[in-house]
Amino acid sequence: MFKIVERWKLWFSISLIIIIIGVGTWLIKDLNYGIDFKGGTVVTIKIGKDFNVEDIRKIAAKYDPKASAREILEGKKVEISSKDFTDDQIAQLFNEIKAKYQLDDTAREATKRIGPSIGKELRQKAITSSIVATLGILIYTSFRFELKSGVAAIIALLHDLLVMVSVYAVLQIPVNSSFIAAMLTILGYSINDTIVVFDRIRENRRLGKYKSFAITADASITQTLSRSINTVLTTLFTITAVYIFGVSSIKDFALPLIVGIISGCYSSIFIASPIWVMLEKRGKIA
Amino acid sequence: MRKRGMLAFIISTFLILFFAYTLLNGLNLGNYEVRPIKNLLSLGLDLKGGVYIEEEAIGQVSKEDLERTRQLLDLRINNLGVKESTVAIIPGVNRIRIEIPGIYDAKNALDAIGKTGELKFIGPDNNVILTGKDVADATVGVDSRNNQPVVQLKLKDDGAKKFAEATAKFKGQQIAIYMDDDMVSNPTVQEVIPNGEAIITGSKDVEEAKRLAGIIKSGALPIKLSAATVETIGPTLGAEAIPTSKKAAVIGISLVMIFMLLYYKIPGLIADLALVVYMILTVLVFVSIKATLTLPGIAGLLLSIGMAVDANVLIFERIKEELNLGKSLKTAVDLGFHKAFTSIFDSQITTLIAGFVLYFLGSGSVKGFALTLNIGVLCSLFTAITITRFLLKSFVNSGIITNVNFYRPSVK
Repeated sequence: MFKIVERWKLWFSISLIIIIIGVGTWLIKDLNYGIDFKGGTVVTIKIGKDFNVEDIRKIAAKYDPKASAREILEGKKVEISSKDFTDDQIAQLFNEIKAKYQLDDTAREATKRIGPSIGKELRQKAITSSIVATLGILIYTSFRFELKSGVAAIIALLHDLLVMVSVYAVLQIPVNSSFIAAMLTILGYSINDTIVVFDRIRENRRLGKYKSFAITADASITQTLSRSINTVLTTLFTITAVYIFGVSSIKDFALPLIVGIISGCYSSIFIASPIWVMLEKRGKIA
Repeated sequence: MRKRGMLAFIISTFLILFFAYTLLNGLNLGNYEVRPIKNLLSLGLDLKGGVYIEEEAIGQVSKEDLERTRQLLDLRINNLGVKESTVAIIPGVNRIRIEIPGIYDAKNALDAIGKTGELKFIGPDNNVILTGKDVADATVGVDSRNNQPVVQLKLKDDGAKKFAEATAKFKGQQIAIYMDDDMVSNPTVQEVIPNGEAIITGSKDVEEAKRLAGIIKSGALPIKLSAATVETIGPTLGAEAIPTSKKAAVIGISLVMIFMLLYYKIPGLIADLALVVYMILTVLVFVSIKATLTLPGIAGLLLSIGMAVDANVLIFERIKEELNLGKSLKTAVDLGFHKAFTSIFDSQITTLIAGFVLYFLGSGSVKGFALTLNIGVLCSLFTAITITRFLLKSFVNSGIITNVNFYRPSVK
């Protein structure tokens, strides 16, 4: 049997360090809000050969000094975004880049313009949907298990969400509408792992096999460990394939999911169970 | 018992593979033809390219006005001559979503949408006689005298009165019909029209008459719009995304299958068969509810495939535990399914809670992702419980392999 619960200080510290780094970066540098949230225009141009993103940044700055350019490695593309580009400016900008790199019109792969009202709505939706989903899960787990399990599961969920925000902050992944999807997917996926462990705890308690809460938790984690690892593996197989082979917009979505899946597995074992024991024993862990 | 088990297993395996093959490649049986699944899936704009616009209503608007605006926009978009365009109201917010596949010039579409659509009937004295608000209906008919297509105009009561006066005043002269600044027709008044029912002759063909009727009817939009989102996706992006997604799918799914087979052996093989059923089901549900496949949707599908084997993993781990306790193969299989059930059920329900919240509160591409994820979870719940159970029991009953070591992982 693995002794997980008694070493809770170690597990909590690992998580805390990651979250402090992430949330620190978040507070200092802020998240890299994409145009879905900020409003503005983003143009994707396929250069198709090696180029220096600084050159493109300089060209874009002529039209909007605050414009930013991001290189997309696969396919050798560049993504230029600005809050204030007009249609004419985009056309001129594209023509300039077209001439410089001898491209044709199809090189302008995508243009997306988002008005300012959408971002406000998205932010609202992100908050509402996280709260509604979390409450729904809390109610269901409390109903099927007990309130303490529900609370422990929710703390593990918050842990996963913070770890994911950390990934967005540290890697400066653009926060777009897929951000909400990634967050809620992990919410649903990670709770899955926790439930499987708690289900085992419930069963073991019913059988009355183990003396203390900590031993019950450790035994349950051990019994479900190979399942936890295998499920994470199979899920990672497909989502990593999506990450490796997918186009850039999907990569930005798949990477946080990969981190969230690993974090979800970690938290169900190393966070949710010790917290459940703590709650059962009202704060003390033997 | 043994023979029946073997027969059931062989027949069902054959059927599963046959269905999978048919879905992938299609089937031609003389009169009947089953088309391969890829022809039945409708692709989202991000995969086939086109223009995506969200128009937002300014100020407070009623449901009726929003719906009328949607119809009018639909008409205008159709006038651009593109097939399969979508114009739909986004529920919850006062926005209309417009998807036009196959055109890559957003400006053109925005111009068509952005027309104020002010219709005016102007007399020879340059005074406005009627506006779009006076028109009740405009349809295409045929002039019985010469079989020429005409536009039949029906005016509202107020308009009919004004039109009666004007036609009396300008008999023999021309009344021009303007849409914004364009003159769309300049017919001559041949007789006084007292009842508000007039015909406009002079259209070259039915198409032109239809276009004219469309313009007259589409009139002014009842609300003011501003473009909240304008997105143009070139044709190359989708062309690039489809093969890469395929590659990701083939490699991801193969890895999952190989892993299950190597780790869980016989139950793993059966999980792989169940996974094939799962994929068939998911795709069929997808096609039958006419869902649109988008890039995030593909990611959702692949993610759900990775998650789909979870239920099987839970069951097989339980079977392993029972076998390790020294139970017989049949008992272990029965107990495995029985004991794994609550954890499968509870864990999938919580996943669905998050999935449904995402579906109902999410927008656009996020909705597509949530939909595929939810369909995936539901299908996996079904296949894990029914298909895996049936196949595994049949195989155990067939007695082909009785050594329990082939039914549990080598890792204890």
